[in-house]
Amino acid sequence: MGMKSDIKLIDDNGLRIDGRLPNQLRPIKMEVGVLKRADGSAYIEWGGNKIIAAVYGPREAYPKHIQDPNKAIVRARYNMASFSVDERKKPGPDRRSVELSKVISEALESVIFTERFPRTTIDVFIEVLQADAGTRVAGITVASLALADAGIPMKDLIVGCAAGKIDGVVVLDLNKEEDNYGEADVPMAIIPRTKEIALLQMDGDMSYEELITAMDMAMEAAQEIHRMQIEALKRKYTEIEEVE
Amino acid sequence: MGATKFTEGVVPEMKRDYIHKLASKGTRIDGRHFDEIRPLKITKGFASRAEGSALVELGNTKVLVGVKVEIGTPFPDTPNSGILTTNAELVPLASPTFEPGPPGEEAIELARVVDRGIREGHAIDLEKLVIEEGEKVWIVFIDIHVLDYDGNLFDASGIGALAALTDAVVPASKHDLGDDFKLPIQHYPVPVTFAKIGNWIVADPNLDEESIASARLTVTTNENGYINAMQKGLNGTFTYDEVKKAINMSIDIGRKIRSIIMGDSDGKEN
Repeated sequence: MGMKSDIKLIDDNGLRIDGRLPNQLRPIKMEVGVLKRADGSAYIEWGGNKIIAAVYGPREAYPKHIQDPNKAIVRARYNMASFSVDERKKPGPDRRSVELSKVISEALESVIFTERFPRTTIDVFIEVLQADAGTRVAGITVASLALADAGIPMKDLIVGCAAGKIDGVVVLDLNKEEDNYGEADVPMAIIPRTKEIALLQMDGDMSYEELITAMDMAMEAAQEIHRMQIEALKRKYTEIEEVE
Repeated sequence: MGATKFTEGVVPEMKRDYIHKLASKGTRIDGRHFDEIRPLKITKGFASRAEGSALVELGNTKVLVGVKVEIGTPFPDTPNSGILTTNAELVPLASPTFEPGPPGEEAIELARVVDRGIREGHAIDLEKLVIEEGEKVWIVFIDIHVLDYDGNLFDASGIGALAALTDAVVPASKHDLGDDFKLPIQHYPVPVTFAKIGNWIVADPNLDEESIASARLTVTTNENGYINAMQKGLNGTFTYDEVKKAINMSIDIGRKIRSIIMGDSDGKEN
């Protein structure tokens, strides 16, 4: 946020640099079951983001002392490929990805029936192959599909979506330029059925009214993304039927 | 990840029931209202070797924040700006659940949430910290030293960071760069953290409350009532109404905390 520039992010017709309306999502494509070895997997293209997620587990938690006798431990690992951004990112976890892994783990755990799998871990690996802003919310969206693909029982498919502010206008789903030069970003994860909020972060500068407008936008878009998730899951399982 | 967990203290089931029962009657284990923070005491200039410092006592939680200001090279993409960097250490003397070693995810999240508030709230006028464009700038190090952990490190640390910054002096004379000057502060972002206990939202949770909370939300607001940063934590959820309520409360509570940081404890804004 907040890098200064003379770039105009919204033109005279009220359109954004990629031609979108303020409340319009970038194109999203999802595919379920893209990896052979993982218990569940999914792939998402969201604007310029390309992210793959894999789930392993529930499997015995190791080392043993981390086991929780009452429930499964949900461990998400958010990781960016070194070549996923313009300037090469040093491989391995940095402070940002440690924080994101933590909040994503907590958000995913909120929908998983962890008490059904005591002493286990459910490992969720999120690999960002190409980044274009909004990777954490796209990562949650695709991780949720991978969990469903792995047959993990969940309350609902959790959806990630962000809104923010650019050139003083509240907009949905910021892209890279908007994220760099905009004034605020509000990443959220929403449980579509109950409309509960499982992840919420914000950085920038927004009035109360602007923030509410942004959260309204993300809550609404979550329903649309949720429909795409269901479609992606159905697609995989109808394809399997056809093969048989 | 280490075993350093904020919420690992075991609160007996009885205490959980007791806290819930109290909440249903509109009160809390230490008698506070839901929107009431613990007594807050700030001692600026506690560590005199630091360029700025503040010891924060929020109830029994104690955090010492030190600010060091040194010379360094600016980042290539921001040649006209000083640098801010924030670190947190959960030293083992502060809690039986804290272990020595490199910062775990809890300490990293704490440092990043404090940093986000100060950075996105533009607390420091970083453009005034350029010595030679693209070559030499002042680097402001905020170091958070947790001394006694009785809940809500986010607010104690965020308050300490802002207080230490307002106390900080840039040591220009030491480097033959003219007279020392006060670190240029332009905004006053203050974090306020809420915990969800049952279906109740309480401000500034103590350790007992934190250990039974299902979800946590930190909202950082500035003197104009604008929101600069938010961070939700833990594996529970908030309803949208709860989030709105917390944001609203954070603006009011933040205002009170700000006047204490500014040393105007009558509650007047300056």
